[in-house]
Amino acid sequence: MSAGGGTSGPDRDLASLAADLAARATSARALAEASSRCAAALQPRLNALITATPELASSAADQVDAGRPGALAGIPYVVKDNYCTSGIRTTCGSRMLAGFSPTFDATVVARLHAAGALMIGKANLDEFAMGSSNENSHFGPVRNPWNLDCVPGGSSGGSAALVAAGAVPFAIGSDTGGSVRQPAAFCGVTGIKPTYGKASRLGLVAYASSLDQPGVLARGAADCARVLAVIAGHDPLDATSSTAPVGDYVAAAARGVQGLRIGVVEEFFGAGVDAAVADRCREALAALERAGARLVPVRLPSLPLSIPAYYVLAPAEASSNLARFDGVRYGHRSSRAGTIEELISNSRAEGFGPEVKRRILAGTYVLSAGYYDAYYRRAQQVRRLIANDFARAFEHCDLLAGPTTPTVAFRLGEKQADPLAMYAADVNTVAVNLAGLPAISLPAGFEAGLPVGLQLVARAHDESALFAAGGALQRETDWHLRRPPGASA
Amino acid sequence: MSRAWQPVIGLEIHVQLATRSKLFSGSATAYGAEPNAQACALDLGYPGTLPVPNREAVRFAIRLGLALNATIAPRSLFARKNYFYPDLPKGYQISQYEDPIVSAGTVRVRRTDGSTFEVEVQRAHLEEDAGKSVHDAFHGATALDLNRAGVPLLEIVSAPVLHSAEDATAYLRTVHRLVRWLGISDGNMQEGSFRCDANVSVRPGPDAPLGTRAEIKNVNSFRFVEKAIAYEIERQVRALENGESIVQETRLYDETQNRTRSMRGKESAHDYRYFPDPDLPPIALPTDLIAEERAGLVELPDARRERYVSELALSDYDADTLTLDRATSDYFETLLQSLATATRADATARPGLAKQAANWVNGELAAALNEAQATIEHSRVPAAALAGLLVRIHDGTVSGKLAKDVFGAMWRGEGDADAVIAARGLGQISDDAPILAAIDAMLAANPKQAEQFRAGDEKVFGWLIGQAMKATRGKANPQRLNALLRERLAQAR
Repeated sequence: MSAGGGTSGPDRDLASLAADLAARATSARALAEASSRCAAALQPRLNALITATPELASSAADQVDAGRPGALAGIPYVVKDNYCTSGIRTTCGSRMLAGFSPTFDATVVARLHAAGALMIGKANLDEFAMGSSNENSHFGPVRNPWNLDCVPGGSSGGSAALVAAGAVPFAIGSDTGGSVRQPAAFCGVTGIKPTYGKASRLGLVAYASSLDQPGVLARGAADCARVLAVIAGHDPLDATSSTAPVGDYVAAAARGVQGLRIGVVEEFFGAGVDAAVADRCREALAALERAGARLVPVRLPSLPLSIPAYYVLAPAEASSNLARFDGVRYGHRSSRAGTIEELISNSRAEGFGPEVKRRILAGTYVLSAGYYDAYYRRAQQVRRLIANDFARAFEHCDLLAGPTTPTVAFRLGEKQADPLAMYAADVNTVAVNLAGLPAISLPAGFEAGLPVGLQLVARAHDESALFAAGGALQRETDWHLRRPPGASA
Repeated sequence: MSRAWQPVIGLEIHVQLATRSKLFSGSATAYGAEPNAQACALDLGYPGTLPVPNREAVRFAIRLGLALNATIAPRSLFARKNYFYPDLPKGYQISQYEDPIVSAGTVRVRRTDGSTFEVEVQRAHLEEDAGKSVHDAFHGATALDLNRAGVPLLEIVSAPVLHSAEDATAYLRTVHRLVRWLGISDGNMQEGSFRCDANVSVRPGPDAPLGTRAEIKNVNSFRFVEKAIAYEIERQVRALENGESIVQETRLYDETQNRTRSMRGKESAHDYRYFPDPDLPPIALPTDLIAEERAGLVELPDARRERYVSELALSDYDADTLTLDRATSDYFETLLQSLATATRADATARPGLAKQAANWVNGELAAALNEAQATIEHSRVPAAALAGLLVRIHDGTVSGKLAKDVFGAMWRGEGDADAVIAARGLGQISDDAPILAAIDAMLAANPKQAEQFRAGDEKVFGWLIGQAMKATRGKANPQRLNALLRERLAQAR
């Protein structure tokens, strides 16, 4: 597939796209059209978009070409379809919201729009962001551009696939337990989940509110830095949004890792981690060491507890967050309803898919009288333990490192029958959400033709350290520049 | 009743806070708007919306806590109460469960006979109201009005320490007066701004364990609360004496038949799955915010009542009436201050003045307001103007009797006291010459009666005074008239 060929294609880094636009070597309109065309061409194979918005992108592009400024002026992107977009349907990958149009833009979308970025569509995802394979979408699974028989990861699978395939230079995802980092790893792109509270959750349809956080996917760390700089920062309409200052991320991505201490976490390389994946990650860490970083061994003894804790807390919150989908005011309404109880119960039975139902049931159970203390309260205590583990580890180092995922992308259907195996593979990413810390997944090579991701975790609000290390690694290696076979130029 | 059954009553009072916007959204809270005109995406439970706490509501809760001498939590939590109901748009109500903002307070209640008792308030917590299902707007369908969804409520929960319907109602009235006094609620029961659920049980004696309780929901007047509780006590005693047992349930009061009936059973089976709301960080109350509210706290009704009795020597009745509501009391306070300024004396130094002021507020003014169906905040004679009139009585310019006419003219908008007195020539005549002239003319016209008096008939003196007063058209200074008439009659003897 071709994105339009030559220098007018969208598959380049943001700095060179901005330079071309400034020099009038290309136009925003041409970029928007090329990007929309490329995504449309990929759609039959990847199924990465739920809704394409080419007209919207083109008209926004015309404003940029007419002189409208902005930090991301003229740059096409896709947003995961669990962000509200005013007047554009927002499905969350669910039959429940298949026909739902919000009345307002999510803060993240509004900030990108204000910065001149061009939304070309809404990306496919696991239903309500619940899943690690993008197989749980009412609109069908997304496929991995590196191997169409494999999953792209999830839940931000559509976002990752479109960046990897070169249709857009960046994409917006959301990360509750790894939903930006894991698909970034599976698709060979860079994905950052900032500190909890760093970017506004307003308009991001809630899965698990205490864990959800907007994130960015792009080829390289420097591009993630440019986009995060636009979407991060306090939002008075999100009570959990942080007032901590936003760093100069773009500068950080260029500053290098001289003297930076990177803790190699023993538990991140624990049982279940594929040997080749571990090797690629160690090689990437060696590259960072060559760039001036110091590697130190550290432990996170409570890490294995993060899966049970996460799968109590996230479903508990989800069971409550998804209670509003009752067929009464909007969304899917069952036609088989004689009473209000039937209306609510049938609408939900028909509107939600099996994984969403599984989590709602689990969440309802752990919050029930008599079980709350044994599950929910206990899980909160474990969450504290995990956060304490991270705090102790950061006494000895500035970043923590390990594989983002224990394996490379698996095949479609491979884990559908065993949800627990699917859950267990998220151990390295969910712990970070439980602690509310920022983390990045960086391309670290390949195994069997599929990308491997290295995860780095930083102290709260130290996204700059992640960009510094990401930038340094990506000057040492070119894994992030590799294109899947058949991708655009 | 064969045994001495003891009723045990606890009240849950839902007070709608008088904030301009809702507890977690910017929507207005005005009563009576078009259905759903005051419901934004958040109030409708739309996906992607997030709650932002209303600071004013938090301040109001602090204010109540201070007035109840309660513990105000430096850190309190919002929790979700989960249940499905069509008028509950999010499928959960944001409330407080563990760590409410106010706990362990007390209310002193005065019965009508003057005796008092104390009620322990276990907690007061912030929560959002639900919407309203409308069953009669469309044929065969239920409509939803979500204007009320998200309106801030403070739920005030008493301990089960009330033992009669009368005491429960007296407590309810005291809390009602308090929240209005504090300015945190309009307390309008018809509009649902002040609602009450009563938990009622009975037990064979004060030392017996608590009996099974029934909850009476949403009764919307003091009278009906009292009747509903009284009925429920009677029902439970009757049932227990017949060997039946009481079911824990919610009951509705039917005011037309004066009875309660079961609303839904198995209430105890409800599991609300409370957990801390992850969208809302804990409410952290800095000590200076509490200190600021404490400094701004108005004098409370009990303290004011106490002061009226001890410092102004007002009767219990006057003190009670003047502290029934904040507006009346504030009117009286302004009146006292204006009088003090005008007479250059503290009203406490002149108990007669305070008593006179109280009489006017509780008498003429109350009657005029009542007739005009006006509230005291909108009195056509403001406190400072009434003070102007009382000063003229005090300095003898106008008699107490004529002052009522002056007040009437002031009420009709004819100007302040001095203007009315001047315009109508109502000023008291205190000079001797005109009074003497009137006396002489009167005596000349009534020689027979004058003679009777001189012959020792003291009773006729009153009649003579009346005639002389009439001759001055009521304006003669009564003391002066009295003295001069006696003088004249004595001279002529």
